[in-house]
Amino acid sequence: MAEFSLPANSKVKIGNTHKAEAGAKRVKAFKIYRYDPDTGQNPRVDTYEIDLDECGPMVLDALIKIKNEVDTSVTFRRSCREGICGSCAMNIDGTNTLACLKSIDDVKGDVKIYPLPHMPVVKDLVPDLTQPYAQLASIEPWLKAKSPPPPDEERRQSTEEREKLDGLWECVLCFCCSTSCPSYWWNGDRYLGPAILLQAYRWIADSRDEYTGERLDELEDPFRLYRCHTIMNCTKTCPKGLNPAKAIGEIKKLMVQRM
Amino acid sequence: MSVSNRPLSPHLQVYRLPLTAITSILHRATGVALGIGTLLLVWWLMAAATGGGYFEFVQSIMGSWIGLLILFGFSFALFFHLCNGIRHLFWDSGYGFEIETAEKATKLVIASSVVLTVLAWILACAL
Repeated sequence: MAEFSLPANSKVKIGNTHKAEAGAKRVKAFKIYRYDPDTGQNPRVDTYEIDLDECGPMVLDALIKIKNEVDTSVTFRRSCREGICGSCAMNIDGTNTLACLKSIDDVKGDVKIYPLPHMPVVKDLVPDLTQPYAQLASIEPWLKAKSPPPPDEERRQSTEEREKLDGLWECVLCFCCSTSCPSYWWNGDRYLGPAILLQAYRWIADSRDEYTGERLDELEDPFRLYRCHTIMNCTKTCPKGLNPAKAIGEIKKLMVQRM
Repeated sequence: MSVSNRPLSPHLQVYRLPLTAITSILHRATGVALGIGTLLLVWWLMAAATGGGYFEFVQSIMGSWIGLLILFGFSFALFFHLCNGIRHLFWDSGYGFEIETAEKATKLVIASSVVLTVLAWILACAL
């Protein structure tokens, strides 16, 4: 049963405010979710005032500036800073996205930053992604074939067959989509969620993969696939502009067509 | 520090739900409302079968302002669920997943269910 309110240990309190330096002209407030596992206290939201004239254009730039210059304890994942690695996924201004691709100017008012929604929090903006990773492993995201490979070349694919993978292979597994999905919030233990289903479809749609039937068998389940009710939060939030809802729709169609 | 004590990150509390999410939850809510509303309809039909004074009693409830309000809500639920249901048929056939299309269709569903509800009541009042 869906639990709509936060458990007692997760209720968010008001935290500290770090004022901007005197003389700062373009001040923007960043309200950041903080949780320190060492104190055991409830999460809180700290406010950091930043002079935008002294800061790069993206939300990730502001986070790095805050960590470098204001509060070294602010914890978040980041790596490539250009939307390729998927590390800095978080909830910014009410929508999941990559901090490195989110322009500060796109946010009206204070910039509210939370970890990816409805996940166990390790520290501050770092969620525990054990469950989605395990679910990814469960769909066996690699090419599986029954026939032996050709002796002196790779498994070939026509241009048209290859095009079917466009919009699927670009996923960076940031899990913005899965953690935007109310179905995944309420049934994440059994529903695979949009990110994993898009990956599943990536292999189902691959002309070289010879386990399509078995893959569909694995998904044919009231929870694993069919908790998707086409809410469309996934497609709306994807920072890479992909369409998990459509991929899930294609899987559902294949289920009907093979009956 | 045990792993199970980890707090749950905020979800409904912070997420800005897009229009498609609002209509999705409205689809479920109207579905539930239609289930309950159908029971009322059965009650009304049974009253008609019982006849006489009991039917007049039920009619007086249905005709009161609160009864009319419930009937109005019931008719809106019916038209919304119908329109959004048609949209779900498009999704089931693989169409309408692009964000622009989905958002346009969402507005169309809301507008047409409002129009159909108003039309139905104008017709009902005219007859």
